[in-house]
Amino acid sequence: MAALRSSRSARSRSPGRIRRVDLASFLIQLLNALQYGLLLFLVASGLTLIFGIMGIINLAHGSFYMIGAYMAFALSSLTGSLAWAIVLGVIVSVLLGAFLEWALFSHLYRRDHLEQVLLTYGLILIFEELRSIVIGNDVHGVAIPALLDHAIALGPTLTYPVYRLFMSGVCIVLAAGMYWLIQRTRIGMMIRAGASNREMVESLGININLLYRLVFALGVALAAFAGMLAAPVSSVYPGMGTQVLIVCFVVVVIGGIGSVRGALAAALLIGVVDTFGKVFVPEYAGVAVYILMAAILLWRPEGLFRRA
Amino acid sequence: MTMIRQTLRGAGALLAAAALLAPAPASAQQKIKVGLMLPYTGTYAALGDAITNGFKMAINEAGGKFGGRDIEYFTVDDESDPAKAADNANKLIKRDNVDVMVGTVHSGVAIAMAKAARDNNTLLIIPNAGAEDITGPMCAPNIFRTSFSNAQPALAMGKVAAEKGHKTAVTLTWKYAAGEESTGGFKENFEKGGGKVVKEMTLPFPTVEFQPFLTEIAALKPDVVYVFFAGGGAVKFVKDYAAAGLKDKIALLGPGFLTDGTLEAQGESAQGLLTTLHYADALDNPKNNAFRAAYKAAYKVEPDVYAVQGYDAGQLLAAGLKAVDGDVAKRDALIKAMESAKIDSPRGPFALSKAHNPIHDFYLRRVEGKENKSIGVAIKNLSDPSVGCKM
Repeated sequence: MAALRSSRSARSRSPGRIRRVDLASFLIQLLNALQYGLLLFLVASGLTLIFGIMGIINLAHGSFYMIGAYMAFALSSLTGSLAWAIVLGVIVSVLLGAFLEWALFSHLYRRDHLEQVLLTYGLILIFEELRSIVIGNDVHGVAIPALLDHAIALGPTLTYPVYRLFMSGVCIVLAAGMYWLIQRTRIGMMIRAGASNREMVESLGININLLYRLVFALGVALAAFAGMLAAPVSSVYPGMGTQVLIVCFVVVVIGGIGSVRGALAAALLIGVVDTFGKVFVPEYAGVAVYILMAAILLWRPEGLFRRA
Repeated sequence: MTMIRQTLRGAGALLAAAALLAPAPASAQQKIKVGLMLPYTGTYAALGDAITNGFKMAINEAGGKFGGRDIEYFTVDDESDPAKAADNANKLIKRDNVDVMVGTVHSGVAIAMAKAARDNNTLLIIPNAGAEDITGPMCAPNIFRTSFSNAQPALAMGKVAAEKGHKTAVTLTWKYAAGEESTGGFKENFEKGGGKVVKEMTLPFPTVEFQPFLTEIAALKPDVVYVFFAGGGAVKFVKDYAAAGLKDKIALLGPGFLTDGTLEAQGESAQGLLTTLHYADALDNPKNNAFRAAYKAAYKVEPDVYAVQGYDAGQLLAAGLKAVDGDVAKRDALIKAMESAKIDSPRGPFALSKAHNPIHDFYLRRVEGKENKSIGVAIKNLSDPSVGCKM
């Protein structure tokens, strides 16, 4: 049995590591990185909105992602179509977000972060338990819509699922939409103003409570939408929300709290570092993202795109 | 008033007399105390329930009483949380004073239980966790396992892969003990059979972003890929692997956990996959058929491999208790009887190794529809490595 032991210690010398990475592989990995980064952006953008504009540390953000994925599963098996599931799911999550803001979060704006953390942590437990009671603890799959269930050949052995490309496309459209909403519209102007000075905006006669409710509902809907969009490739399983939560916070912190543009840059950066970390330094792939975060915080403590 | 009082007094006397006359009172002291420490909430809740059901079924089939003594159950939800494991085990050992502990699913928790069992000399039966340390350096006369050790299914698959004439392999798993024990076992037997593992890849537990690895696999073009994933990770990997177009070009192999309890979610992408495990759906032997029918009648659900492992834990304990007629104080005789027990399991009969791990057959299974169908025995009477066990 000594052989078993020695074979394990020999792992670090496995010959595959010195293999030259050819251009085609490199480009495909770049595509992987881009695609992962865009999905991260989609989940994290809601978090950075809520965190940056309302000053709420929302640990339950991952739960909204999880709720989205489970809605995609439940509604698509009910309606038979993922598109309908997403439409219904977005409506439900906007309502859920508005309700939670009204019932719970609106009481927390002037309290300190510890109380927000306690509330949102409690929400994680409640949502997990509800999920367990309503749907159960099994793993479920969500079918890819037939229209998008194809693959494109990349080289002789590898194919790339069209649905993943579609996901990236949707993420890009949403990123552009959010940029337009926040930078170019009247609501966006109010949101930006509310983030920098709540009292002043209120005294100008803008209903800041309604505005915050909108932002929160939007944040929840973005997370749930990300969960729904990703459900066909990620599957649906207990605890899936906590997994994305941590990396989302890393995105928000690297990007600069509250900056949507920063979140996009940070998410893409993390996509690249994580993907190539797994290829070139597999032993340290787990920490690569956190090393990146530490380095960026040393260089720019406020993150890449701190709002002025 | 007086009449009522007299009547009451009379009733009291009658009760006292009845109590005196009752044959061999089953006082709490004399019950056999069994502590079930299993996950009843969280990711592994379904597994905890299946093990509990199987265990109780075996005890009931054995008559439910040993030497006139009833079994009293104490239950602790271990939440699959290693941080709480030592406390939870001590609750059963110190507070409830159990005679035997049964648990658990998660290897990290099971290691803490094994440690507590060693420290307090409490009898422990492990119905799932495959950590090799438990029947390795931590092995002890009072610690038993009725499931498997992590390397076992992998050793079976390594042999199968080499016999099928595959020459090169890539392995991929989460970077944690269970995963690395599994890929290590595969590598050992695959290379013994003339194959070569050209790359061993890992990713942090429990992340599921597999795309970079799939690209790597496509570039390396090995004959086979061996992976260890379970639950949500298993579903996602199998689907991603198929979606990347690799499934029909490079055979995907794994231990049974890759396709057990996940076929509903994996659907088309899992069809035809080969895995190895000590159990298979629709295993056709009389014991299994009887077990499945009885389990379904009792609990209204189909049993799975976890129910089988729980059932065998119950059978193992029953064998020991029968030998000493329920007298748990006769510890040496109890352990001796358990060590030498021949368990008639739904998976097929098995005995225990010196390290108290099952020596059993491993089946090669192919996914067909919603079932993992056995297509033969991959390796007969496989013992576990038990590296470092001095017993």
